[in-house]
Amino acid sequence: MSKKRLIQGNEACAHAALYAGCNFYAGYPITPSSEVMEILSYELPKLGRTFIQMEDEIASISAIIGAAWGGAKTLTATSGPGFSLMQEGLGYASITETPCVIVNCQRWGPSTGQPTKGAQGDVMQSIWGTHGDHAIIVVTASTVRDAFDMTVKSFNFAQQYRVPVVLLMDEVLAHMRENIDWPEPGDIEVIEAKRPADIKSYKPFANDEFLPFGQGARYHITGLAHGAEGFAVSDEAAARELKRMVGKVLDHTRELALHDRYLLDDAELAVISYGITSRPAQSAVDLLRARGVRAGLLSLKTLWPFPDFLIREVADHVDTIVVPELNMGQLVREIERAAGGRCRVIPVSRIDGHLLTPAQIAESASAPREPAIGTQGGKVVHA
Amino acid sequence: MSNILKDPIQIRFSGAGGQGLITAGVILAEAAMMDGRNVVQTQTYGPEARLGSSRAEVIISKGTIAYPEVTSPDVLLCMSTEAAKKYGAKCTPETVVIFDSTNIGPEFTSPGRVFRLPITETAIKVGTKVVANTVALSVLNSLVPVVPRETLAAAIAARVPSKFRELNQRAGEAGEQLAAGLLATSA
Amino acid sequence: MSDNYRKFLRTSQLPHVWCPGCGDGMIVKALLEAIGELNLDQNKVAVVSGIGCSGRTPFILDFNTMHTTHGRALAFATGIKLANPELRVVAIMGDGDASAIGGNHFIHACRRNLDLTALVFNNGIYGLTGGQLAPTTPVGKRSTTSTAGSIEQPFDLVRLALGAGFVARTTSFDHKQLTSYIKRAILHKGFSFVDILTSCPTYFGRMNDVAEPYDMVHYLRDTSSPLHDCTCGESDQPKTELMPTGIFREEERADYEALYKQKIAAAGGKRSAS
Repeated sequence: MSKKRLIQGNEACAHAALYAGCNFYAGYPITPSSEVMEILSYELPKLGRTFIQMEDEIASISAIIGAAWGGAKTLTATSGPGFSLMQEGLGYASITETPCVIVNCQRWGPSTGQPTKGAQGDVMQSIWGTHGDHAIIVVTASTVRDAFDMTVKSFNFAQQYRVPVVLLMDEVLAHMRENIDWPEPGDIEVIEAKRPADIKSYKPFANDEFLPFGQGARYHITGLAHGAEGFAVSDEAAARELKRMVGKVLDHTRELALHDRYLLDDAELAVISYGITSRPAQSAVDLLRARGVRAGLLSLKTLWPFPDFLIREVADHVDTIVVPELNMGQLVREIERAAGGRCRVIPVSRIDGHLLTPAQIAESASAPREPAIGTQGGKVVHA
Repeated sequence: MSNILKDPIQIRFSGAGGQGLITAGVILAEAAMMDGRNVVQTQTYGPEARLGSSRAEVIISKGTIAYPEVTSPDVLLCMSTEAAKKYGAKCTPETVVIFDSTNIGPEFTSPGRVFRLPITETAIKVGTKVVANTVALSVLNSLVPVVPRETLAAAIAARVPSKFRELNQRAGEAGEQLAAGLLATSA
Repeated sequence: MSDNYRKFLRTSQLPHVWCPGCGDGMIVKALLEAIGELNLDQNKVAVVSGIGCSGRTPFILDFNTMHTTHGRALAFATGIKLANPELRVVAIMGDGDASAIGGNHFIHACRRNLDLTALVFNNGIYGLTGGQLAPTTPVGKRSTTSTAGSIEQPFDLVRLALGAGFVARTTSFDHKQLTSYIKRAILHKGFSFVDILTSCPTYFGRMNDVAEPYDMVHYLRDTSSPLHDCTCGESDQPKTELMPTGIFREEERADYEALYKQKIAAAGGKRSAS
């Protein structure tokens, strides 16, 4: 039997990284993500692996990309202000198809905001933050065990698809302690990047095969538009390459769409949530069920590529979708678009640094639509 | 006190930064986990926890715990006037409220069932006010038996550095006696 | 003169993008000769660059090459080196690249003392973007964003880099010295830095009355001078306006990898390969 442990979300993330074989961490301290870094600063050396504290977040993400090409499985963790600085590196990781994982423990923003208050305001930035069209995968976690599993899955996705993967956590989950059944080796699948069969003819951007520096294939990596060999190509070819890169993610939307369903089968009302907000959302469903409302929950773990098909399936069977978020309405726009008028979509926002409560979500489900800033209806809930 | 424990049970620790309330919350959570139950522990965090008020919450259940924060406490511990002011009123008549009477005067009230005990003073008698959190935990678990007393003792011993183990053991016993005295008078 | 640098050229990517008279090609030749003379394993050399004219260097070099983002070459190089300490990592930067947008990474790399070699192609101007003011543009010199002459005190990159174990400066026209400095820099265990004064006739030259490549080389010669002639002396402060050249610092101290290995041993671990 696996042993039980009481740990914080950040601890789960750090230990899951080790479980996934992460052997390189570079980072810069920032609340509320610092525990990930602190733990890895003493765990990685114990395993003979590399930890380095860099001079800022730009250096941190640059270092993990460099280390990936040096042959390491790499991680950095940060929060909003640092994540903003990392957008440059995210673009580079995307165009160079570098497997790497970035954990963002979201806090209230913009700017310094409220460092010790949770939020979900970085959803759109995670998906669209760096300039230009690009390939990226964005996932979330809502429990401490989830933080463990999704960290491992983030590494898997990064290796499998050769893309940067952003794991969105938040201050509450980062510092919350829960008992978890500690995964034994083998309990969770760990996936490694495909290696090329023939080293000599390796082309770094021909396919998803990944061969680090120093193995005998001398090749070129660049942030400039490039072809299979990493060198300049015609405009048409550059467009084709960009399509291929973005397609790597978008064409696998179904395989990537991790999610949990709760009492959805006969639901007339669906709550669609993600991250920490799935916790009160589940309780809200219980509250509504107790009141005789056939409510259900779709908890999204993968936010990008956006699982339109899941939303459409739900929208076809319910009258109402409620979307609770700790921001002024971000993912609700994607949900509203995917629902395509099949049912009404009610956003519920809370932006005072506290979690939405089950009652607030349940009440919003029956509330008349009220206009609110930044949303196309629904309401902003205050404490 | 009733021996039939609520499930889930929601417990809130409140006081000032430095009183060790988050540690107390973590220890109770660990004890509950050792007892085979599910647990979620949250806290206020950061400068707020260092300078001003501090809060830790623990929810314990045999089932799944979805919402991670306390909505209505079954047990409330207040270790400072600030905490009594902030949280004392946010209770139901069924809430067991423990006020540290060393710090909280009789002018502070609560709609819950209030128990006033000199927790910090007891800790000082044991040796240092640093162990007030252990005294408080012990008082709490005596008034509302959240976990078996041996389990709590084991969780305390597991969490504190070995050189302070004996001190904390005495603090735990002092807390039990404090609660026992009160239960004897109120009986 | 040896001809063994040619085997390190990625001939498929020639011709290069540099202007006629640019000093960068001379530096590349010196670098390749240095690597050839050191008999380094071609498969175990990584060359990393930032953005700018100098950033185009790795394209034409047949090593493990990485053209990164503006100013970050050393941060990427740090990752590569730590992930695979077997690799000889050379970071190539421009002066604006290294000391403006990448200034923070530069000073920290000097301090951290990873076994990396940083070469700055220092032409005192932003070439690739069209001749704008750099942090190294001398006072009074013109650029497309300081057409009346710069009023800013420039950085002396050598002084900025004194936290490093090996610090040297030379010019791109002093081929022999340049090759020897690059060799010594690569051999130095720990962070090494060579500030290479070079010519940009297209922008720096045309804006400052030294448009002919030949005149630019004379300009470099006339504005620099060996260290011992510059009376840097005890005050470490040049008395003339000349840029001193030479080796400013060559000091062995434990490099980051050596210290990190100690840290691993103290933690009870054993260095694992990536």
